[in-house]
Amino acid sequence: MTPDFSADHFALFGLAAAFRMDGTALDRAWRELQAQVHPDRYAHAGEAEKRLSMQWATRVNEAYQTLKEPLRRADYLLQKRGIHALGERQTALPADFLMQQMEWREALHEAQQVRDAHAIEQLRRALKREAAGLTDLLARQLDEERAWDAAADTVRKLRFVQKLAEDVNLALAGLEEDD
Amino acid sequence: MALLQISEPGMSTAPHQHRLAVGIDLGTTNSLVASVQSGLARVLDDERGRALLPSVVRYLADGGVSVGYEAQARQSEDPQNTIVSVKRFMGRGLKDLDKSSIPYRLLDEPGMVKLKTVQGVKSPVEVSAEILRLLRGRAEHALGGELVGAVITVPAYFDDAQRQATKDAARLAGLNVLRLLNEPTAAAIAYGLDHGVEGIYAVYDLGGGTFDISILRLSKGVFEVLATNGDSALGGDDFDQRVFCWVLEEAKLPPLNPRDTRLLLSKAREAKEYLTDHPEAHITAVLSSGDIVDLRLGLDDFNRLTQGLLNKTLAPTRKALRDAGLEAEEVQGVVMVGGATRMPCIRHAVAEFFGQTPLTNLDPDKVVALGAAMQADVLAGNKQTGDDWLLLDVIPLSLGLEVMGGLTEKIVPRNSTIPVARAQEFTTFKDGQTAMGFHVVQGERELVADCRSLARFELRGIPPMVAGAARIRVTFQVDADGLLSVSAREQASGVEAAVAVKPSYGLSDAEIANMLSDAHAHATDDLKARALNEQRVEAQSLLAALQAALALDGEQLLAAEERGAIETGMEALRRLSEGSDHLAIRAQVEALNRLTTPFAQRRMDRNVRRALAGQKVDSLGI
Ligand SMILES: Nc1ncnc2c1ncn2[C@@H]1O[C@H](COP(=O)(O)OP(=O)(O)OP(=O)(O)O)[C@@H](O)[C@H]1O
Ligand SMILES: [Mg+2]
Repeated sequence: MTPDFSADHFALFGLAAAFRMDGTALDRAWRELQAQVHPDRYAHAGEAEKRLSMQWATRVNEAYQTLKEPLRRADYLLQKRGIHALGERQTALPADFLMQQMEWREALHEAQQVRDAHAIEQLRRALKREAAGLTDLLARQLDEERAWDAAADTVRKLRFVQKLAEDVNLALAGLEEDD
Repeated sequence: MALLQISEPGMSTAPHQHRLAVGIDLGTTNSLVASVQSGLARVLDDERGRALLPSVVRYLADGGVSVGYEAQARQSEDPQNTIVSVKRFMGRGLKDLDKSSIPYRLLDEPGMVKLKTVQGVKSPVEVSAEILRLLRGRAEHALGGELVGAVITVPAYFDDAQRQATKDAARLAGLNVLRLLNEPTAAAIAYGLDHGVEGIYAVYDLGGGTFDISILRLSKGVFEVLATNGDSALGGDDFDQRVFCWVLEEAKLPPLNPRDTRLLLSKAREAKEYLTDHPEAHITAVLSSGDIVDLRLGLDDFNRLTQGLLNKTLAPTRKALRDAGLEAEEVQGVVMVGGATRMPCIRHAVAEFFGQTPLTNLDPDKVVALGAAMQADVLAGNKQTGDDWLLLDVIPLSLGLEVMGGLTEKIVPRNSTIPVARAQEFTTFKDGQTAMGFHVVQGERELVADCRSLARFELRGIPPMVAGAARIRVTFQVDADGLLSVSAREQASGVEAAVAVKPSYGLSDAEIANMLSDAHAHATDDLKARALNEQRVEAQSLLAALQAALALDGEQLLAAEERGAIETGMEALRRLSEGSDHLAIRAQVEALNRLTTPFAQRRMDRNVRRALAGQKVDSLGI
């Protein structure tokens, strides 16, 4: 017997289903919920409650992670409308965006070759700005314009940028390790 | 600190029923046991007033086992049967270890190394269990009763294999593990509660054999770990090792026998500790050949020798900050834990890195055990509602599966808050394929070969289909101890396979039972009496929990006949636990658990709704 987890992630936290979100309210709702369901609360209870508590706490963490991260939150909102922005079949992204990606990748590669931590750090900042811009755009597309297909494109772009940002972080960590 | 108000989670036990629970810091060098008594956490000393128990186990030829100071004093006399720093071997294979200064006879067993001693082959789990057993005895003696359970601490950066090994050791020592708790988190609890602080804190924990860095957010009764990193094979031992190598070089010594190796390692450690308060140390020793070592080690030389180790702690620190999305300046305080943080070079480096003086006003040896004791007190249900706190911890290393080309596919990313579950779909790559193998790994590297292999398992009985048609969903579940279990299921046919990720290195229940009955000369525990006792304890705790639940919610959430059925079941269990049939007790416990599942579910749903209701009131600013 498993509990009813059918509630929507937003509803679970008592939040409106929108992209723009009060992060503090989410954090607070997450903690309040965990305070009720976390396995530490049931360490001395019977098996039935222990099991339920683990299932609930897992469910609450999953919902929290999904809503906390802008990319996953946007993807989730689109999925609720039947749009799988990150699914297998995707439309191609505009050429100028892809060109920019390639330039950044090259810049990263070159900086890595010559171990230029400063250049990588600059790239990290540039990507942070780019991600912030895309996040703003998503807010408009999802909450105001309700332009789902355009938002799906933005989600894909944001994923590109975040993947690159991860690689930049790895490169920075790599440089530090060799110090 | 202001504590979070919690309506009625779980079940609170009546105040007079204080349950005996302890926190155990199972350290590489030293172990401790602590407990909360009359609201205060304190370390339980041995009969001579000593808090620390050296983590040293000596197997004697007469079948006896000596643990602690006495074993430590004999280590160079009997180096091969006196196991020091066994924690370094937990969940580790021979290839993971630096053998240069290990004076033991190691056996390369699948999964985990074993040690050849005068009493036969011992696994690191058994050796650790000796330490835990002694501490359990110390606690039962001091507290005057049987323990309901223990919180055992582990380095935050311990992987699944090391955690599982630790839990096995505790079970082998007859302890009910309430929770495995990360050492830096335990320290944060002790520090946070003592000092009532809020904000972002870092815990820098350099012990004898492990290094952890955790970044936490402390707020209103919640300890939230944002990120953790570390090195589970870096600690004070490595500083000893550097000094040891320096001695070999300076004194131009040939390769040493185990006795001399042990002797010089001890001397190296003494010198290192002496240098904490003095500008220079002398290292003198008489080797078995009669040769005399007599050297002077200055603090500057020592700092130069160990500079590299220092940097090895800063790289993980940077990574943890980056994962937490924070800059060093945003950290409000840095709590120093572990004996090795007494070294001035460490304190300077940490001060420089964070741009602030680290917090050293805690006893670095005891803080982990004290935090564990506080958490054990909460988990045992001794705390009143509203007086407790919530702990949200993470897994330190990503978990994934091997995919084509020897690459890893990450399923659960590192620093995910636990408990966590993630699923991923895979498909067959050959027509008519009926089985699929899975290789579960842990680590950050792209190549499987560079990650830790946790388990392999197979899903069989997939109905034959064309390649790519089967939908196999693999689910990873990490529990609140940070332990992983994996299951795979073919979606169309429903064929299933599941593993608790143990077989490749952990002990099966049968193996543990075997070891328990493998009568240690000094162990008097009779297996059957023990099983009966365990079942009775389990039954008592279930009855107490249900009693409290019924009193609180029986009226509201149960129909009269439902309540009647539960009460009848409880009565039956009560009667059975007076008898001596442990299997019957077990069966009734299970039946009662099944019977009360709907009740548990209603309670849980109601608690969730309450949390939400509270939330809405809050967000209106009332
Ligand atoms: N005054 C000192 N100066 C330098 N090092 C010290 C001093 N006192 C203790 N140490 C070192 O601290 C280490 C032991 O620390 P601690 O007891 O915290 O480790 P542990 O908890 O057993 O290990 P771990 O947490 O890694 O499993 C040893 O390497 C010891 O030499
Ligand atoms: Mg320690």
